[in-house]
Amino acid sequence: MTVMRSIKNKTAIVGIGMSKFSRDSQRTELYLACQTIKAALDDAGLTPEDIDGLVKQTDDASDEHAITSSMGMGNLTYFGECRWNGAPCAMVMRAAMGVAAGAANYIVVYRAVNGASKRRMIPSMRTSGQMSTSDLLQWTFHAPFGHMSEVGRVAMIVRRYMHEYNIKSDQFGCVPVVCREHGAKNPNGMFYKKPVTIEDYRKSKMIVEPLRKLDCYEEADAAVALVVTTAERAKDLKQRPAYVLGVSQNMVLETEELNTYYRSPVAAFSEMAQVGKKIFSMSGVAHKDIDCVQLDDSYGPFVPMQLEALGFCKRGEGVDFCKGGDRIRSGGELPLNTSGGSLGEGHIYGMNHIVEAVRQIRGISTAQVKDAELVLVASGAGGPASGLILGGK
Amino acid sequence: MVMEYSPAIPLLRPLVTLDNRGFWDAIKQHKLVFQKCKDCGLLIHRPRPMCPRCNSQEMEWAPSTGRGRIYTWVNFVYANAAYPGIKIPYLVVVVEMEEGVRILSNMYDAKREDIYIGMPVEVVFDDIADDLTLPKFKRREA
Repeated sequence: MTVMRSIKNKTAIVGIGMSKFSRDSQRTELYLACQTIKAALDDAGLTPEDIDGLVKQTDDASDEHAITSSMGMGNLTYFGECRWNGAPCAMVMRAAMGVAAGAANYIVVYRAVNGASKRRMIPSMRTSGQMSTSDLLQWTFHAPFGHMSEVGRVAMIVRRYMHEYNIKSDQFGCVPVVCREHGAKNPNGMFYKKPVTIEDYRKSKMIVEPLRKLDCYEEADAAVALVVTTAERAKDLKQRPAYVLGVSQNMVLETEELNTYYRSPVAAFSEMAQVGKKIFSMSGVAHKDIDCVQLDDSYGPFVPMQLEALGFCKRGEGVDFCKGGDRIRSGGELPLNTSGGSLGEGHIYGMNHIVEAVRQIRGISTAQVKDAELVLVASGAGGPASGLILGGK
Repeated sequence: MVMEYSPAIPLLRPLVTLDNRGFWDAIKQHKLVFQKCKDCGLLIHRPRPMCPRCNSQEMEWAPSTGRGRIYTWVNFVYANAAYPGIKIPYLVVVVEMEEGVRILSNMYDAKREDIYIGMPVEVVFDDIADDLTLPKFKRREA
């Protein structure tokens, strides 16, 4: 904790880049990565020669050396990877630690994935038949039973959550409705001017019962890049810095990607609860001061579970908190995923949630919270998780 | 209803390693066993090379009662999210065994309408192919 306190307010996100979301980018992932990193550098007022650090997501196909040789980054002194769905805020943490420690001056965090047009492989087959020990657990004790898909694992968690708190599945509908409402205002997203109603939700087809189509993100082709530097350097750049006030990642005993049904209680998201404790204590911020949240909405029911884990409401009260959507919509007491998030803007594994947090701090969101100064981002519900509190000061 | 498989798309086989072989060898003989730490007695599923409670690496295989209750369940109804070699819809369940460990499996013979959390079940063994037997569950009288 001492070490992490030492980087509080000492680093900032100073550049953001994001591609269009589409179902077929007609570009390679490396092309998207370079284009989006260049956009983030232009946004910050930097050039590729300034960049001396890269943080990559393990599953991304665009390796650091491919980025440096394509973009002309001549002297990288810091590079490495983060893994799992909970990578996004953790990647910012790696970058913040890197610049705060002086290992690099300007670090780019990026993801570029043709998730829709390039058929996604099951994890175990992703790279030349190599298999990690965690893939092995999935494969050996799940695959022979026809239980491989991510949505199936999420459905297991959701079913138990519904049982424990007496929730009916249509009570989750307010999350996609609000996310699509926000996404409908966002011309960069896949669902611009395409809101959905609670009636659409009720009619939405079952995918893996109890999850409906509108509970689940749609695959997209997209890329995101962020530039992180020290608070000192941030002052001389083009944009209002989004300062890193609190950041953390977490894994607990029995953490696995979306297999929380081997432990109790399944929907408590213990990793996220730990992340929440740490980012609130590191930043010294109170829950009531958070202006808006950008939570993992790759599956809608994750939102009430995260609100509970992060301490915005008590265990079992997340669904009531979201009821009708008034608290979580733009103008409410805790606006959620103001760009639309995964369900309403597009799915790039939670990276767009960080971009939107920066937009809120800069005052340029399409669902802007007035005078937003403190924004919380969370990634990786139901698995190795991470979180971030960004501030304007 | 009993699960139906497509002969054209074989089921994925478990990957047997030195750490989990005892489980799968027992299944082949129609026995359900769980890994047990010889030193502190912790029951563990899925098998691993060290006891997370006492760090012992001395493990044995303890016979299960075969009885448990459904802890949570899902119904695969949409082809793109399901395994293509199994006819949809099919049920996947997590069973909490009487001895405390949880195991993921299928219902051997059940209708979606009959399934509920807390339902008492017992293990049955489904010899799907010469080289594949799976532990599945069916309803039992409580």
